[in-house]
Amino acid sequence: MNKKSTWAKIKGWSLFLPVMSIILVMAVNIIHDIAVGANPFSFFMITLRQTTGNGTILYGRIIDILNRGSEVAILAIGMTLVVSSSSGTDISVGSVMSLCASFCCMLLAGYGVSSTTTLAVPLIVGLLAGILLGVVCGMFNGTLVAYFGIQPMVATLILFSAARAIGLLLCNDLIVYVRNDSFGIFGGFCGVIPTPVIIAAICILVIAILLKKTALGMYIQSVGINSKASRIAGLNSKRIIFMTYLLCGLFAGIAGIVASSRITSADSNNIGLYFEMDAILAVALGGNSLGGGKFNLAGSIIGAYTIQAITTTLYALGVSSTQAPVFKAIIVILIVAIQAPPLKAYLKHRSNAKQLRGGAA
Amino acid sequence: MRKFATLIVTAMAAVMLPAMAAQADDLIKVGFAQVGHESDWRTASTKSCQDVFSEANGYDLSFVDCDNDEAAQKEAVRSFIEQDVDYIIIDPIIATGWDTVLTECEDAGIPVIVIDRTIDDSDKYAAWVGSNFKTEGLAAGEWLAAYAAKQGIEELNVLTISGSTGSSAQIGRSDGFNEVAEKYGWNLIDEQTGDFTEAGGQEVMENYCKSYEGQFNVVVCQNDNEAFGAMTAMDNAGVTYGPGNDVILISYDACTAGLEEVKAGKITADFECNPLAAPFVEEVIKKLAAGEEVEKEVYMVEHWYALEDQIVDFEIDGEAQEMTLVTDEVIEAQY
Repeated sequence: MNKKSTWAKIKGWSLFLPVMSIILVMAVNIIHDIAVGANPFSFFMITLRQTTGNGTILYGRIIDILNRGSEVAILAIGMTLVVSSSSGTDISVGSVMSLCASFCCMLLAGYGVSSTTTLAVPLIVGLLAGILLGVVCGMFNGTLVAYFGIQPMVATLILFSAARAIGLLLCNDLIVYVRNDSFGIFGGFCGVIPTPVIIAAICILVIAILLKKTALGMYIQSVGINSKASRIAGLNSKRIIFMTYLLCGLFAGIAGIVASSRITSADSNNIGLYFEMDAILAVALGGNSLGGGKFNLAGSIIGAYTIQAITTTLYALGVSSTQAPVFKAIIVILIVAIQAPPLKAYLKHRSNAKQLRGGAA
Repeated sequence: MRKFATLIVTAMAAVMLPAMAAQADDLIKVGFAQVGHESDWRTASTKSCQDVFSEANGYDLSFVDCDNDEAAQKEAVRSFIEQDVDYIIIDPIIATGWDTVLTECEDAGIPVIVIDRTIDDSDKYAAWVGSNFKTEGLAAGEWLAAYAAKQGIEELNVLTISGSTGSSAQIGRSDGFNEVAEKYGWNLIDEQTGDFTEAGGQEVMENYCKSYEGQFNVVVCQNDNEAFGAMTAMDNAGVTYGPGNDVILISYDACTAGLEEVKAGKITADFECNPLAAPFVEEVIKKLAAGEEVEKEVYMVEHWYALEDQIVDFEIDGEAQEMTLVTDEVIEAQY
C-alpha cells in the first residue's frame, strides 16, 4: 500500500510526463547499442577529451544535448512567460535572434567589414548592444500586444518578417565573420564545460529565483487566466503582459549572441531559423497549455532539451537527415498525445476503476 | 521647412537625373531578376552583374532583387517587357512554371538568358550560363584518388556533410563524387545534410566524431561554411585535419574565407563554384547582337585550389585538369 502511494505520488508529479518522455527518448539508444553489440551506455558516457588548441573538455552525447539545446532552452523561458500571460506566442524570437547577432557582429567588426580578427569596439559594448536590441524588440512586441490590443501572433509577425531583413541590412547582405577568440568563448568552452550550458543555467536560475522570491509568477498566471479580473483585483495587467514580452526579447537577444558566437559570425539568413517553432514546441512538450494561464517553467526547459535529445538520438542511430524530420514528427506526436487531457482523463478513470475493483475483491 | 523641401527636391533630382540621362543615351538595356541575397555567393553574383553591365561599359541595368519570391520574380520579368529592355537575365528561383512568361518575352522579341539555376519546363530562352556541379563533384573525387595514390593512402573512408537536400548543387556534387567513389571502391560511411551552414556543419561533424570515432580519414563538405563548422567540431574532438594530418578535408565554393583556410593548411583542397556569371553573359549578349549562333548551355570556367604539396595531376573523363596554387594574391582577387 505504502509503495503504491509513492508510485502514485511520482505519477501525480506535474513533471512526470515531460521527464518520462526525455528518458524514453534517450533509452532508445540503449536498445540500439545492445542491438549493434556496443557498450549499452555509450550514449550516456561522458569523458574528458584533449582538444586541438582548446585544452581539455567534457566530451559525450549528453554534453552535446545540453550544449546544442541551450538556445532553445533560453528561448523557452521567455516563450513560457509570454504564453502564460497573453495566451499567445511570440513568433518573432528566431528573427530577433538573427537581428541581435547581426547587430552585435556589425558593431564588433565595424560596418561594411565582412571578415575580421580584431574587434572594432570593446567586446562588452557589442554584446550589450546586441542584447539591448533584443529588449527593444521585446518592448515593441509588448507595446503592440499589451497596449494596442493586437493579437500576439499578428503583432509578432511584424518582427518575424522584418527583423531578419534588418539584420541583413546591418550586415550589408554579407556573412560577417568575427574570428576572434574572446568573442568565440560564448559559444565555446569555459574551462571543461561548454559556455552555452553555463549561460542557459544562469538564465534559468535567475528567472526561477525571480519567480520564487517575488509574486511575479503568480501575477503572470492570474493575468493569463483572466486579465480583466486581475485588473479589477488591482494588478496592472497591461504592464505585466508588456514585461513578459520584454523578457522574451531579452532572452532572444542572449540566444542570438550564443548562436552567433558558436560560429563566430553573423549568418543573418540562418541564425535562429525556425527556432520560434522549437521554442513553442518546447513549451508544449513541457505539458503547458498554449491557452495561457498556469505554467510550468521546468517543463518547458525539459521540453527544450527533449527536442535536442531527439535530434542527437537520430544522429546516433544514423537515421538519414532526409528522413529525420519524419521520425521527429512521430516522436513529437506521441509525446504531445500522451499529455493530452482526454488521454490523461481516460488513464485516471481506468486506474480509479481498477482501484474500485481491487477494493471490491 | 522650406529648406527641408528644397533639400528633398534636390536629392530626388540628383537621384533621377542620371537615370534620365542614361535613358537618353544609346545604352543596351538589360533587366536582371536575381533570386535574392541569401549568401555571400549570391552577393558576389549580383555584384558581378552590376560591375559588368555598368553605364561605363555601355549598359543600362535594371536590377530586381526578388527576395526568394517566385511570384515577384515573374512580375519583375513582365515589368522588364513593359520597359522594353533589350535583354533579360533570370536566375530562376524555381525550375518550373516559366513557359507563359517566357512566351511573352519571345512575343516581345526580347532574348532571355538564364543563369545559375535551371528552367525545366520551357526552352524559350537563348542560353543558360552556369556551373556544372557534377563536374565539381567529379573533380573532387578524381583529385582525391590522385592525391591518395601520391600519399600512399590505400583505404579511403569518407564522411560527407552535404548541402541542402534536393538543391542542384547538392545533387550534382554528390552524384559526381559518388560516381568516382564507386569506381575506386571507396567506403562511403555516411552522408548527412548541414544545410550549407556553419552551424549545420558543426552539429553534423560533432555527431560523426562520436559515431565513427577513428573510422574515417576523409571529410567532404559541400560548401565552405560547412567546412568551417566541421573544423571547429574536429578541433573539439581532438581530430587533426588538413595537409599532412589524419583527415583529408575537402570543400566546395572556394570563397575568400575558404581559400584563407586552404592557405592556413586547414582545408586540403577547395573546388570552386564560380558566381561571376556576368562576363560569360556579356559574351552571349555580344554574340546575339552580332547575330551569331550561341550555345544553349554555357559552362563557366572553374578552378580547383590547393597548396603546392597537394597539387596533383588528374583527369576528368580523359581531360587533364589544372589546379591553382593558393597565394595571397589569389585570395585577394577572389570574390
